[in-house]
Amino acid sequence: MKADETLDCIGLYCPMPIAHTANKLKELEKGQVLEVLADDEGIKEDMPAWCTVTGNELLGIEEEAGQYKVYVRKS
Amino acid sequence: MADKESVTLIVFSGDLDKALSAFNIAIGAASMGMEVSMFFTFWGLNVIKRNEGSIRSKGIMRRMLNFMNRGGSKRLHLSKFHMLGMGTWMMKRLMKDVNSPQLEELIVMAKGMGVKFIACTTSMGIMGIGKEAFIPEVDSFAGVATYLAQARESKINLFI
Repeated sequence: MKADETLDCIGLYCPMPIAHTANKLKELEKGQVLEVLADDEGIKEDMPAWCTVTGNELLGIEEEAGQYKVYVRKS
Repeated sequence: MADKESVTLIVFSGDLDKALSAFNIAIGAASMGMEVSMFFTFWGLNVIKRNEGSIRSKGIMRRMLNFMNRGGSKRLHLSKFHMLGMGTWMMKRLMKDVNSPQLEELIVMAKGMGVKFIACTTSMGIMGIGKEAFIPEVDSFAGVATYLAQARESKINLFI
């Protein structure tokens, strides 16, 4: 998936990935896509929850060898 | 989004583990766009005492209390396995090992995200602690009515 920006949260545990995502998304324009790299499995449940509450769109989560690429579109 | 949701946390405990948990929730909630207020009361005041210098108070009993209960984010103990400091030291090492921020960093981060810190004046009065005992991040000094007024507007209220 194509992203406008990438945020590296490898090695970070909850709540840092969502805290950094919230912060990073402020820099993006509406409609732009942020790619979040993470290796804390909690992200699989947390990012959808975060998107539901904040109203941003979760485009998908790709998993590969214990690492996750999460795509969020700013609404 | 509709009206801004809010969260109130009462931090009663001065245990390191519980304080870490409280700040994790606060940061998570702030990340989700919620307004967060943390009310520090009783032993929880230790979480927001400054780490440097001594705490001044009047009277022998209060002086003794504040000597034995000095507080400050760097002096908190785990609620379990403190083991004269060895267990707490180890837990901090383990946290560092996995890049988990220490309490001091969480406090700064929460503040940066707009989390409000409120210190309970009743506990301060009983224990004989003045405003100068606290870190500058504390927004206000207030009582239970302030907490309740905010809690009744909040969907999430936690006592930690």
